[in-house]
Amino acid sequence: MASGLQLSRADLLEAYRRMRLIREFEDRVHDEFAAGNIPGFVHLYAGEEASGVGVCMHLTDRDTIASTHRGHGHCIAKGVEPDGMMKEIFGKRDGVCGGKGGSMHIADLSKGMLGANGIVGAGGPLACGAALTAKTLKTGGVSVVFYGDGASNQGAILESYNLAKIWNLPVLFVAEDNGYAESTASSWSVSGSQVKRAEGFSIPAREVNGHDFFEVYEVAGEMVERARAGGGPSLLHVKLNRYYGHFEGDAQTYRMPGEVDRVKQAMDSLDIFRQRVVEASLLKTDELDGIDDSIRAEVAKVLVDAKAAALPTEADLMTDIYVSY
Amino acid sequence: MPKKSYRTAINEALRQEMERDERVIIMGEDIAGGMGTQADNDAWGGPLGVTKGLKPLFGPDRVLDTHLAEISFIGAAAGAAATGLRPVAELMFVDFMGVCFDQIFNQAAKFRYMFGGKAVTPLTIRTMYGAGFRAASQHSQCLYPMFTHIPGLKVVLPSNPYEAKGLLIQAIRDDDPVIFFEHKALYDMEGEVPDEAYAIPFGQANVSREGDDVTIVAFGRMVNLANAAADALGKAGISCTVVDPRTTSPLDTETILETVEETGRLVVVDESHPRCSMATDIVSLVTENIFGALKAAPKTVTSPHAPVPFSSALEDLYIPSQAKIEAAVRAVMEGGQRKAAE
Repeated sequence: MASGLQLSRADLLEAYRRMRLIREFEDRVHDEFAAGNIPGFVHLYAGEEASGVGVCMHLTDRDTIASTHRGHGHCIAKGVEPDGMMKEIFGKRDGVCGGKGGSMHIADLSKGMLGANGIVGAGGPLACGAALTAKTLKTGGVSVVFYGDGASNQGAILESYNLAKIWNLPVLFVAEDNGYAESTASSWSVSGSQVKRAEGFSIPAREVNGHDFFEVYEVAGEMVERARAGGGPSLLHVKLNRYYGHFEGDAQTYRMPGEVDRVKQAMDSLDIFRQRVVEASLLKTDELDGIDDSIRAEVAKVLVDAKAAALPTEADLMTDIYVSY
Repeated sequence: MPKKSYRTAINEALRQEMERDERVIIMGEDIAGGMGTQADNDAWGGPLGVTKGLKPLFGPDRVLDTHLAEISFIGAAAGAAATGLRPVAELMFVDFMGVCFDQIFNQAAKFRYMFGGKAVTPLTIRTMYGAGFRAASQHSQCLYPMFTHIPGLKVVLPSNPYEAKGLLIQAIRDDDPVIFFEHKALYDMEGEVPDEAYAIPFGQANVSREGDDVTIVAFGRMVNLANAAADALGKAGISCTVVDPRTTSPLDTETILETVEETGRLVVVDESHPRCSMATDIVSLVTENIFGALKAAPKTVTSPHAPVPFSSALEDLYIPSQAKIEAAVRAVMEGGQRKAAE
């Protein structure tokens, strides 16, 4: 069925590598936070990998993404280096943002990653702006905004639907619905449906299973191509689950006992991917295991390096505020 | 030198920068006006006609009417600036910052710092401010102190047509986010404005009057009232220096401190509310740094700690006037005499 199964071997391996890298990265950050080694607020993407990677496999550096407070996965999916990310999360001087942004503000404009964002829904207008640049300068670029079910109620997002449509911007709205806006159920807090909301703005929209890389990849591909061809915005409603809390330290007492374990067993995105490609004889189990091993080693090294890296100094406090002042 | 209005000066700056650099676009509610109608597609040129005539010159791809929803189009301007355009967005009245402030102060202002110095956001937001139009509480505020408070933003307050053109050209060429405040009562003010493009650097005050007795620091439209007060007081034997900082961020602290050291007396004129204002900011700057040079306690002339009223009878009382400035100058002169007599 899914066109994703027609991906080249190299692309399949790359998609799996990125998804595994996100999972391993987030699991290690979880451990380090629990051990008290990471300061501040951290929100993890584990469980949601197929969404970010399924979308970003269609993008190159000329395309941009705007992300959320749960941004690590989007960064990795868009090609941001994990070494600079981990150092940033530890607040180190060689972090991708010099230790001034942290987990909630990781950005790498050279990769078209316009930033994780501490303000829920704020990425919608920014993505419209990036799409306006692409359209005005005729770069052929497409702009994607990831946002959660909570953000889908923000005026910033709803206004962005309208602006993207009336300006016919190359934007893809990706509503990542993990069922909870912080501790509040989206079934309670979101009135109507994401797809029908978009249709109310005359924006084509589809709901997909966010645990299935191939389903996300296929539908996102159609939407990215529509945007690239001048067909304007689309909305992808991705239903998925997060494995950790809203933030690290969240005891998740609003979730039923065993809820996350059932998701992990029945619909883990990495398990589904492996099963699908092995059954179709596209990749072998030992190749996938090999990727797992190399990612484990890579993230272990990234972690060691991040811990050993130097902190910023007083000389860094007042730099990078203005280009000139 | 040709005489032009503040409105024409701003229009000319936009036109010349759009001719010079294709990445410059302008956008806002009714910035052309008439989009989607059967009739004139350059119907308004903004609510007061400041951008009239630009759409026929540059077309709908560079002169963009927006929908009436500030969060998204101000945020889109920030996103466009961070990705390669040099947008000039019009926030019709600065009072509407209440709708879209997140995109300005949490997004555009912080990109550079949060992203470790790697973001460049050449965004200009033009906005109307100030009382005097009987426009009441939600269309008359000043609010520039609130933007001045935010690291990452630059804040510009042109007081006359010459400054309006040169400072706007600098704003558009500047690589940081700039909030450009246009006083709605100044659009018809005429003054000498060169035809050619020129940029006035930020952070360099203009000393519009030089005197020995009192330094008056005034902002935006208040500079003109301060000049008039200085001229009137001069005839009465009190000689005033008037400092027009032109930008509140960056602020030319050097010129302010130097002139107050010379006169020993300070009056600050600021159309905003009194608390956490430019007035209190300048008084703090002077007293912290050159307290010993002061011959009298500084005085401030501001609007009161009240929303802007509608009725002309009240609004005329509300706005700082030339008479109030003159009274403040006389008061600091008397304060100095008392001190000398002790």
